[in-house]
Amino acid sequence: MALLKVDDLKIHFPIHGGILNRKIDEVKAVDGVSFEVREGETYGLVGESGSGKTTTGKAVMGLNNITDGDIYFEDSHLNAKKGKKVDVRNDIQMIFQDPYSSLNPRKRVIDIVAEPIRNYEKLSKDEEKKRVQELLERVGISSDSIMKYPHEFSGGQRQRIGVARAIALNPKLIIADEPVSALDVSVQAQVLNFLQDIQKEMDLTLFFIAHDLGVIKHMCDRIGIMYQGRLVEEGLTEEIFNNPQHIYTKRLVAAIPDVDPRNREKHREFRAQIKEEYQQSFYDYFNEEGLAFNLKQITDTHKVALPERG
Amino acid sequence: MLSQELLKINNLSTSFQIDEEYYAAVDDVSLTVRENEVLAIVGESGSGKSATAFSIMGLHNRGKIEGEMLFQGQDLAKLSTSEMNKIRGKDMSMIFQDPLTALNPLMEIGVQIGEVLLLHNKNMSKTERRNYAIELLGRVGIPRPERVVDQFPHELSGGMRQRVIIAIAIANQPKLLIADEPTTALDVTIQAQILDLIQELKDDLNSGVILITHDLGVVAEMADRVAVMYAGQIVEESDVESVFVNPQHPYTRSLLSSIPATDYAQDRLHVIQGIVPSLKHLPRTGCRFKGRIPWIDDDAHEDHPVLHEVSEGHFVRCTCYQHFYFPDENKEDQANGVTEG
Repeated sequence: MALLKVDDLKIHFPIHGGILNRKIDEVKAVDGVSFEVREGETYGLVGESGSGKTTTGKAVMGLNNITDGDIYFEDSHLNAKKGKKVDVRNDIQMIFQDPYSSLNPRKRVIDIVAEPIRNYEKLSKDEEKKRVQELLERVGISSDSIMKYPHEFSGGQRQRIGVARAIALNPKLIIADEPVSALDVSVQAQVLNFLQDIQKEMDLTLFFIAHDLGVIKHMCDRIGIMYQGRLVEEGLTEEIFNNPQHIYTKRLVAAIPDVDPRNREKHREFRAQIKEEYQQSFYDYFNEEGLAFNLKQITDTHKVALPERG
Repeated sequence: MLSQELLKINNLSTSFQIDEEYYAAVDDVSLTVRENEVLAIVGESGSGKSATAFSIMGLHNRGKIEGEMLFQGQDLAKLSTSEMNKIRGKDMSMIFQDPLTALNPLMEIGVQIGEVLLLHNKNMSKTERRNYAIELLGRVGIPRPERVVDQFPHELSGGMRQRVIIAIAIANQPKLLIADEPTTALDVTIQAQILDLIQELKDDLNSGVILITHDLGVVAEMADRVAVMYAGQIVEESDVESVFVNPQHPYTRSLLSSIPATDYAQDRLHVIQGIVPSLKHLPRTGCRFKGRIPWIDDDAHEDHPVLHEVSEGHFVRCTCYQHFYFPDENKEDQANGVTEG
């Protein structure tokens, strides 16, 4: 069942200019993206900087104004204009990229983790403290540290405090926006393992946004590839990595460094070959404006943005 | 036959003062870079890899530097600032990590490239410098260089800015190029292009390259030799194939098993216990990695770990590598799997 459904989402940012500061143009950050995140799975959204993946994630969180399109969570319409606004913010939570700037340096751990709880529940001081201690223990941080400040923790620990804050309200969906790109490899491993554990324990659905394909491959069940505000390919992880159809996906997959130095020459040749193919067939895969076509189903699970043919 | 030695570092130690006392961030490091060779220095943050590079370039203004750094036979550690300025940016230069902060936001690209040209070649005219800057920009693969030369850094994308930094670094055809995390801030497809570019330039100029990175994928693609650093020391040094195919030191093996592999799916990643000790709290005697592999017997470590040559050109610090196994694996199998030097 789809927990989250994004339908033809468009987010355009206006560019103001001229003497009267009127809108003269717009940036189409997200331009017609549709996908579903199913209950219990990990869905990965991949793309380079500027592809619109973070904007999409933020839109789901309600942090961006949506130009057009719909977002449904379970059965509620998140961006309904008419009628009652549904508050699902306690069901959807976000983990941010940089654990150094996403925790307020002047707040103690207890205040950071308790903030969402204070917004939604009325608890006494003691109950709240107990709750925060439980949460910290759950993410593997000693419950004695509730009075510490963020700077007293290492990067991996900070990211786990961010996770503790995210799971404080027992959410159903967690949006993780590049949760490990600011961390060293060994710490990255720690956070990734931990996210998998917590997902199993709490029956969470993960919406994972990243540019590192190695991490995405390790974590995700299904992947969507974004380019210039549109999805170019979507499918199961194996399909994307073993049988990429779109030229952009092929190029991304070819750009991953091979960790075996013995394959170096072979890999370099392969990459050069893909690059040539990319340059030659760019206009077979994108329209005159350089935008991807609409997604077309090629198997039950695999969709590719291919041009309409006769 | 081995090519000529370009830079030979002997027992380099770089120390910084914390509360009246000096602590070595780079501790007794010896390295050699040859012509037309890429030496990769790998390690986590705090391992001393950037501190080593900054020492070579003479960019530490507070640190205490001991040891020898022979660059084409000349000891860099003994040079005065003005002598150093004659070499820096000419015979050796550096590609910095962050293309956002390494460029001056108020200067046009052409002028920034011209600056380094003028510094080492006083009689180059303004037009000559501009024309050469355009040539350089073209060389690093920037489209329409005659336009970019008059633009400001903020008008360019991250990948383009990194190319400008590379153009500045190679302006005077350096013999030694130090690249400090040259692709960390970039997307994968741009990363691939930048790495290809560095490789090409190295072949053209026959230069030596020191590549500093924490990304093992980049190392596997680029390096000829690899030095793995942990807490200021080199713990393993070898040709690239041995490090990836037959790693010996517990730290190297742990690092390699903590990256999500791209060719098969594993369930759990290996996690290195504990954290990199801070400069001040670093144990100065005994094996520095000991605290992070507590399941290994104390007897396995040396009291004063030195680099052992386990096979030709392959060096490993401390004896603990002979007894190392991953905690969730069978000890017997692992011990048998290790090739004894």
